[in-house]
This record gives sequence, C-alpha cells and structure tokens, in this order.
Amino acid sequence: MDKITAWEKLSIIRNPKRPNAYDYIANIFENYYEMCGDRLYSDDRAITGGIATFEKLPVTVIATVRGKNIEQNKEVNFAMAHPEGYRKALRLAKQAEKFKRPVICLVDTPGAYCGVQAEERGQGEAIARNLKEFMRLKTPIISIITGEGGSGGALGLAVCDELAMLENAVYSVISPRGAANILWRDSSKEKEAANTMKITAEDLIKLGVADKIISEPLCGAHNDINMTCDNIVEYLFESLKRNCKKSLENLLESRYNKFRKIGLFSE
Amino acid sequence: MEDLFKIVKSRLKIDIKNPRKNKVNIPSGLLFKCPRCQTAIFNDDFESVGRICTNCGYHSRLTALQRLEITADKGTFVEYDANLSSVNPINFPGYEEKVKALMAKTGLKEAIVTGECEIRGERCVIGIMDSHFMMASMGSVVGEKITRAFERAIEKKLPVVLFAASGGARMQEGIVSLMQMAKTSGAVALHSEAGLFYCTVLTDPTTGGVTASFASLGDVILAEPKVLVGFAGRRVIEGTIKQRLPDEFQSAEFLQSHGFVDMIVERKRMRHVLYHLLKLHKREAIPEWIK
Repeated sequence: MDKITAWEKLSIIRNPKRPNAYDYIANIFENYYEMCGDRLYSDDRAITGGIATFEKLPVTVIATVRGKNIEQNKEVNFAMAHPEGYRKALRLAKQAEKFKRPVICLVDTPGAYCGVQAEERGQGEAIARNLKEFMRLKTPIISIITGEGGSGGALGLAVCDELAMLENAVYSVISPRGAANILWRDSSKEKEAANTMKITAEDLIKLGVADKIISEPLCGAHNDINMTCDNIVEYLFESLKRNCKKSLENLLESRYNKFRKIGLFSE
Repeated sequence: MEDLFKIVKSRLKIDIKNPRKNKVNIPSGLLFKCPRCQTAIFNDDFESVGRICTNCGYHSRLTALQRLEITADKGTFVEYDANLSSVNPINFPGYEEKVKALMAKTGLKEAIVTGECEIRGERCVIGIMDSHFMMASMGSVVGEKITRAFERAIEKKLPVVLFAASGGARMQEGIVSLMQMAKTSGAVALHSEAGLFYCTVLTDPTTGGVTASFASLGDVILAEPKVLVGFAGRRVIEGTIKQRLPDEFQSAEFLQSHGFVDMIVERKRMRHVLYHLLKLHKREAIPEWIK
C-alpha cells in the first residue's frame, strides 16, 4: 500500500466516528472525576479536565473534546476552546503540581476559537500564559495529539516533556485551509497546502517536534478503539516511568531544552 | 445556461475589483490613508509629526532603525546576533527567494533587531520587530534572537524592553514557527524567575502567535495609541461571524478596556516612560531609610 498523504490523514481524523476525548478517557483511565470551570469566568465545554487513575497512579487529565454529531459539537464548539478553556487547563495543571500528579493532555482541536468574545477575554494572553506556566510546571507533562493539532490552540496544551502523536494525527501552525488562504489567497487549495506544510506524525518526528508515534489500527483509530487505547496505555506506561523518575531539576531543564533546540537558521 | 452564469460571475468579479470607475488618480506616495479613521493626510504632514495620524492619533509603523533612534541613547546600542538569517526548514516552495528579495529591499537580515542599549542612562536588553520584513512574522530566526536576548539578559542581570509587531507565526516555516512560541515563552519564564523586569510595547500590528506568546507576557504591557492588537485576524473573525466588526475592535484602547494593556503611551512620551519604569524596577531603587 502507498504511503497515506497528509490530506488523506485529515479525512481519517475528521471522520465523525473517530474516538473523542471521552472515549479515550473511559478506556485508558479509571475513576475519572471531571472538574469544571476556570474560577474566573465560566466553564468551557471544549476542554474537559479532571482527576483519574492510570494503573493506580493518580493523574490529572486535560483534553479537548470533539463532538460526534451536530448537537454535541454545538455544546463543545467544535473543540475550539475560548480563553476560559485554557485558563481551566492551567488551573488544573497548577493543582496537579501542588499534589505532585503527572499531567496528561489529549489534544484534538482545529484551533483556538476565533471570535469577538474570545478576543475580549484575551485568547492570546490565555495561550501565552499556558506556554509560560506549562514550561515551568513542577510535575511531568505528557501530551498526545490524537487527531488534529491545530496551531496555538493545540500548543496551549502541548508544552510538555514528551509529545506523542497517533499515527494519523497531524500538527500544524495553521489549518491547511487557513494556510491556503493566507499563502495563495485561495482556500480551495487546501489539499495542496496540507501536503506541503509537513504536518504528519512522521514529518514532526523528523523536525524534532514529536517524540513518538503511537500506531493505529488499519484505516484509523475508529476501526478498533480498544486496540488504539491499548497502544496509548502501553506508551503512557513507559513514558510516565521515564519522566516520573527524573529529578525535578533535570525534568525542567530537559523540557526547556526540548523546545530551545527547535529552529533552523544560518549564522 | 451554465455559460450565462459564468458570464455573470466574471462580470461580478470585475465590478468587485473596480468599485468606483470615476476614481481620481493620485500619484502614489503623496497621501497617507489612516487604517483606523480612513482619513487621507499629506505624507509630508504625516512624516513631520513622526508617522502619526493627525486626525485620530493612530501611531503608524516605524522601521526598527527609526524606532531605535527615538528610543536608545545615541551611540549606546550594541547589536546581538546580527548575522542570523533564515533557512528553509520545511522546504517551502519559494521561501528562500522571498527572504532574499526582502533582505535586498529592506536592508535587514530578519524581522527583529536585538541588542543592548541605554535609555536615558538605564541599561537594558532591547528587541525591536520590524513589520516591513515579511510582516515581522516569527520564524526560527526571530524565535532564536528573542530567546538569546532573554538568556543574555539573565546572564547580565538586565531588564528587557521589547517592541512587538508581528503578523504572527511564519507560515513558510510550518510547525517550526509554532514551536518558537513555546521557546520564547520559556525564555521569558526563566528571565521572570530570575526576578528581572520585562516590559513589552505593543505596536502596529501585534497579532497571532506573537500575541499568544512573549508579547502578552510582560510584567508591564504598554501600547501605542490606536494600534492593532489581537489574536485572530479581523478578516478571519468577520468570516466566522458573518458581520462587520466595529472600527475600534482590537485596538490598543479595546485591549486596555478589557484588561490586557497597562498603559497607552504616545510615541513622544515613550522614552520617558520606559526610563522611569526601568528605574523603578532596579533593586537600587529602594532608598536607604527602609533597608
């Protein structure tokens, strides 16, 4: 079989049947207690977060939620979070730091929401703060891109010690549609943009952005949710063992260096 | 029938392109049209008041060099990493040529100038973004220069003053440009942990990935009057909500009233305000009697 292109991967991960955050949480963790609200403004349903156990280890889980039908998508705003979503994530991450729980982020979002209310409440500031605070959070953070990793909206939950991606997941600076629009002023060139932008898991391993690819069943995660979750569990088990063992100093230093070294230039 | 639609469509396109047929031809470079209040003013008047709209007070874009000249004390500026220049991390078609053309046109190597200077005698690390270079989008070079500037500031225990202006992440560098947001924010975090002062000045325009990283993380955030500051582009939001946004949307004043900017400072007072802020944040600022 030929290699699947970025464009084909996009159609796999945008399939409404693809497992969403609640499917993964139910299959991977136990005793999930969802915690609501950012304690500042409201509760953003586009991001769910709470406490759970993973193989008896208490952990904090934060995940973007994609709906499976129009009703659900209305509630979760098509997985596009407002500033209060990122602020809820930060609140839960800080709570995890206090109680020394590792943080696990599951990311599948087209991006942070672009709208009047999001601007009024400081979308830029909310994401910026997460980047700064997650970078220095005194507990391990593992992020997994399970579907679409859309720009700053994904990065707001992806400053981490290890970044894994499901086999068909993509991670990009802008949605392919947006890229086509900005670069060629023609959003119909979405397919071309997707294939040029280097957004697949393999590309991101090569660019030093992602650390691990978690394999999916043939034709995508929705074909066998249990198998997908087993693969994620296997990865998390190893990754948590690796990162929880590190001294705090070592953990924070290597997290900073993970991002510090990304970038290509001539001097 | 299909052809008929095609004809109508193509007619429409022409009409959209030329909305006013009786448009007066004005030689380019004679007038400046303010993007905020739409008033046209003579370029000479506009330049003579320091590139500010004489009608509404909108503070227009400066080059990094112009900004440095009106900010730093004469002869105190020492540039950092002047030779960093872009390569093509994701082999994006045409990127290298575009960068080369801009280098020739602007005389700049990249979209930011960093270094060390004094502002009325107060030593600081300074970064100035220049929107004339690919709308000062943040790629590897911008990210690296900012990160190094913060790292040097930590080493030398110096405050940082950063004039932000940017269209956001640099699309042509793909995911690598997104990662510069995390990288620069991390450097800000270390500088902050060292107890050092960081002041950002938002200038026209500050948007996208730069708003969502280092530009929003200053201990003090200043902005020039009427400049455009926001996360998502105006066109994107108008496309999503399908209605026109009010003119003051995403202005410095809009941000201040929503709690994201400390002070709006006019260009002629900027040097004075920066000097005072730098002085107030020095450890030595504490008087003898309280020690």
